[in-house]
Amino acid sequence: MTDMTDMTVNTRHVPNRLNSHAYRTLRSWEALLLVVAVAIFVLNSFASPYFLNAWNLSDATYNFTEKGMIAFAMALLIISGEIDLSVASIIALASTAMGLAVQYGAGTPELVMIGLSVGLLCGAFNAIFVTVLGLPSIVVTIGTMSLFRGISYIILGDGAYRGYPDSFAWFGQGYIYWVFTVEIAIFAVIAVIYGVLLHKTNFGRAVYAIGNNPTGALFSGIRVQRVKFILFLLTGLMSGVAAICLTSRLGSTRPSIATGMELEVVTMVVLGGINILGGSGSIPGVVIAAFVMGLVTFGLGLLNVPGIVMSIFIGLLLIGVIALPRIWAMIAARRSQT
Amino acid sequence: MVSRNIPVRETILGGAILVLMGLISTRFAGFVAPANLANVFNDTAPLIILALGQMVVILTRCIDLSMAANLALTGMVVAMLNVAMPGLPIPFIIAIAILLGAFMGAINGLLVWKLAIPPIVVTLGTMTIFRGIIFLISDGKWVNAHEMSAAFTGFPRAAFLGLPVLSWIAILTVIVFGLMMSRSALGRSIFAVGGNPHAAVYTGINVGKTQFLAFTLSGALAGLTGYLWVARYAVAYVDIAGGFELEVVAACVIGGISIAGGIGSVGGAVLGAIFLGVVKNALPVVNISPFWQLAISGSAILIAVAFNARAGQTKGRIILKSAEGSV
Amino acid sequence: MTERLTPVVSMDAITKIFPGVKALDAVQLDLYAGQVTALVGENGAGKSTTVKILTGIYFPDGGTIRIDGQAVTFSNANAAADAGITAIHQETVLFDELSVAENIFIGHAPRTRWGLIDKVAMQRAASKLLQDIGASFDPRTRLRDLGIASKHLVAIARALSVDARVVIMDEPTAALSHKEIEELYELVETLKAQGKAILFISHKFDEIFRIADRYTVFRDGAFVGAGLIAEVDQDALVKLMVGRTVDHIFPERTPNVAEDVLQVVGYAHPTEFADINFTLKRGEILGFYGLVGAGRSEFMQSLFGITKPTKGVCKINGRIRIIRSPADAVANGIVYVPEDRGKQGAIIGLPIFQNITLPSLGRTSKSGFLRLAEEFKLAREYSERLDLRAASLDQDVGNLSGGNQQKVVIAKWLATQPQVIILDEPTKGIDIGSKAAVHEFMAELAAQGLSVIMVSSEIPEVIGMSDRVIVMRDGRIEAELEGDDLSPETLVRYAAGISTTQMEEA
Repeated sequence: MTDMTDMTVNTRHVPNRLNSHAYRTLRSWEALLLVVAVAIFVLNSFASPYFLNAWNLSDATYNFTEKGMIAFAMALLIISGEIDLSVASIIALASTAMGLAVQYGAGTPELVMIGLSVGLLCGAFNAIFVTVLGLPSIVVTIGTMSLFRGISYIILGDGAYRGYPDSFAWFGQGYIYWVFTVEIAIFAVIAVIYGVLLHKTNFGRAVYAIGNNPTGALFSGIRVQRVKFILFLLTGLMSGVAAICLTSRLGSTRPSIATGMELEVVTMVVLGGINILGGSGSIPGVVIAAFVMGLVTFGLGLLNVPGIVMSIFIGLLLIGVIALPRIWAMIAARRSQT
Repeated sequence: MVSRNIPVRETILGGAILVLMGLISTRFAGFVAPANLANVFNDTAPLIILALGQMVVILTRCIDLSMAANLALTGMVVAMLNVAMPGLPIPFIIAIAILLGAFMGAINGLLVWKLAIPPIVVTLGTMTIFRGIIFLISDGKWVNAHEMSAAFTGFPRAAFLGLPVLSWIAILTVIVFGLMMSRSALGRSIFAVGGNPHAAVYTGINVGKTQFLAFTLSGALAGLTGYLWVARYAVAYVDIAGGFELEVVAACVIGGISIAGGIGSVGGAVLGAIFLGVVKNALPVVNISPFWQLAISGSAILIAVAFNARAGQTKGRIILKSAEGSV
Repeated sequence: MTERLTPVVSMDAITKIFPGVKALDAVQLDLYAGQVTALVGENGAGKSTTVKILTGIYFPDGGTIRIDGQAVTFSNANAAADAGITAIHQETVLFDELSVAENIFIGHAPRTRWGLIDKVAMQRAASKLLQDIGASFDPRTRLRDLGIASKHLVAIARALSVDARVVIMDEPTAALSHKEIEELYELVETLKAQGKAILFISHKFDEIFRIADRYTVFRDGAFVGAGLIAEVDQDALVKLMVGRTVDHIFPERTPNVAEDVLQVVGYAHPTEFADINFTLKRGEILGFYGLVGAGRSEFMQSLFGITKPTKGVCKINGRIRIIRSPADAVANGIVYVPEDRGKQGAIIGLPIFQNITLPSLGRTSKSGFLRLAEEFKLAREYSERLDLRAASLDQDVGNLSGGNQQKVVIAKWLATQPQVIILDEPTKGIDIGSKAAVHEFMAELAAQGLSVIMVSSEIPEVIGMSDRVIVMRDGRIEAELEGDDLSPETLVRYAAGISTTQMEEA
């Protein structure tokens, strides 16, 4: 096509990147969200004298740690174009299984194994329906959402399991160092693991490819079904981890545990900048979103705002954060046309 | 090959319901007594009405998770209205309920249409916002039976030609929606938008506007059901119908409405709701603890989705002449 | 008919601008009653934009549309239909879940007194329309139960259901068989006789010269010429389209064919193909010819691991390999560039460099961890080799033109250093200037020792480029042709299954 002598004349130099790293970071969703987070932090510190207290802040982290653990796995799943609405029900089932085991005298290590295993099994169940049977994940997980929690109700009825071993309380009530709870440490570790997985590995690249164009990804040699299967397993596993933490924190199990949490997790993911339709988003965004939601709930809690009214703020935040940039763009477009 | 529009899915579902009722009657013959069946239908009426609304939304490739919150908010508003002005005639109250519900649905619709925000995100947000507003306007307090006027609570129960008004409203809604979906331009547009939104544009259908109307309709039905619910159960508080939106989606899914849009029928939605209603009412009667209900409806959803997907699969291209005869 | 006649529809100095690109720049197009005007131009010339403006889907940013000389504006698609303009589009504008009659009349169904759709009147009108175009199926049939050719007839019926004065046909013969194409030509003649003005968009010159009376040529969104077909020939049209004369000569090749690289034995699938046996040699270009629907792409996708064959063995460099997924195929040096470049080829949403490195991550990464520097290096190597035009390598591949997207897809596969590259309709829908570039490129690949399988439905391309040609029909191999046996007649004969005696009678 082109011989050597033509190279200097015909070959155009296409640069690797047009904009510098700093520029791209500044203009990102995550940056906007960080600004929102800082603003809320500042607002909170003015709104209540109890806010800037290390121990209060430490307690406040429980608002988002368990949800956040699941949110990281959910983020990858949503980026790949799927969703899992059964996560809260997996918590219920895992928690019920642990509670049942306690009645038979299980100790903390066994409980952890059971919690994680049930999470994995539920994840596998979802995975089979979606990847092997090829069914849409939204309806499958609406089904398993009822099924998993339903099984918990069958086992436990409207009673409760208590009597967890004292050592078990470490997960949800223990401290790693000073004000830093075990849960926030687990949250941080999981955040780092998922951050690396999504942004620095071939697996993460495959997730993005699948989310943008599953057919194109398949035709490019990516094992789409295998990747999705693993993502559902991970979501189930993280739900198991969250189940351990939550059960440990509450010290008891009811089948109604974590009702509604799945929607809070999805809210956290979307707030974090993950496109619900798949294909884009980042882990740092989810981390910041977790903090934002935690700050809002904690701040409003300090002002004695009831939980259900707090949800109004979260709902407005969710819609606002997506609507405002679009409204802005529409106004800008209209202005440039006149 | 001509399809005479024999609704295969719906027939099978109808058959499953009959089999189910047959099984139940072996344990408790009284279940299939007409009076009891009427009872079951009446009990399921709110779900039927809501399922029709959700069906319209799902057909246009959207989803409405805010239906139950809409129901609860409208119910609370009309209940409080009734307490404040007991003399307000019931038709007026129903009209307000429908309009308020439609207004809330329209908010969903506008966000989807004009700002192109994915429906699952919009309705996730409005769901919590609507519920929160209930608390704000009621201050967390309940509206109890004795505070409501007799006309208010009596209306849905009033008997008319052997069935309570509540059942008649459900029947009327089914007829209206049946007509609308098969004979009105809007109804056919809804199928078109869900089946092939890209093509719909070429035929002059405004996809966003159709979705907006779908949300408004589902909101209106949620509003109507709001009144019926608080009137029938004679109580209004923040958490009524908590989680019910998922049961509504389940009814649609079991009824063969495809979550991908464009496929489904009024008959299917109704049968899906009736299936869930039969299960719910049968459990106490066959001595299965009501705690089994959730697991059963979950399994029903999974089976229905798997079955419908299998049935709907288009066969691979038949190229080999030898294959044409055998497939 | 004199030139002084007023056109039924004319686009006067119509301009249409999208963010970043001027799709149409003050173009002129006139359509006359009872005449067929061919709109000719390369990809990106502005033809589909023109159709969308005429049918009211886009609004022009400048200029006027006139009907019978009067200026009009279409506020939406219905307004254009009301003005008597209807179109048969390239893509399916139909709804599987609705009946044939509903598909024909959606948006303008007859109503009863109460505003509901009058089903009886609709069925009756639909039946008549279907009869007029020679369709025999019941208008109550659900569209999803019909075959492709029947669906196409429904699309035509739909276009005719509007009492149209102007009928636009956008690449109407793309999916039709020979017989159906002839029937379409008859339909066009009927419409002409009815005094309708027809706009005919096609890439195929034989069609254009067969049925068009006039022509208009667009290039890069601008009007470059118009006139009577009788006064022009193929070369002149091509020159107008491209701006220069293009010698459609295929690259000269000295075939450097060596040992067997790929051997396919007994590949079969329950419904798509059977008894597929052939050998591919290094440095060879093997053409696969056949009619649309012969099963070529289906077989290739099976060879590439997308679908699973029920039987069959594949030997690569003499050793048996099991290919059950694209990943397997790539690992064994077989790559596939699909026909549907948008959906199956490039991953829009990902940057260029990530598209290029996607199948090669095993080489650029280390223990599963990405190494961006290596990726950029690989992407740069292949994008320079293909002369890719882009602002930067981290740009979204969706921002590139069609031709450059194609280059990214090819770059992606070349980067895996394959042995066999399967090209499925590589120049379909590509303008003449770029076609030549693709052919040059294929020749170069073969010269470098790659083996190329080229699936193509264009006879000149198949004959000009291939060393050998395999003809498929109804899922089976009909013939393997090379040298003197390879001619347009034999290709058509085997592809259509016409026996020698029938050919001689023709």
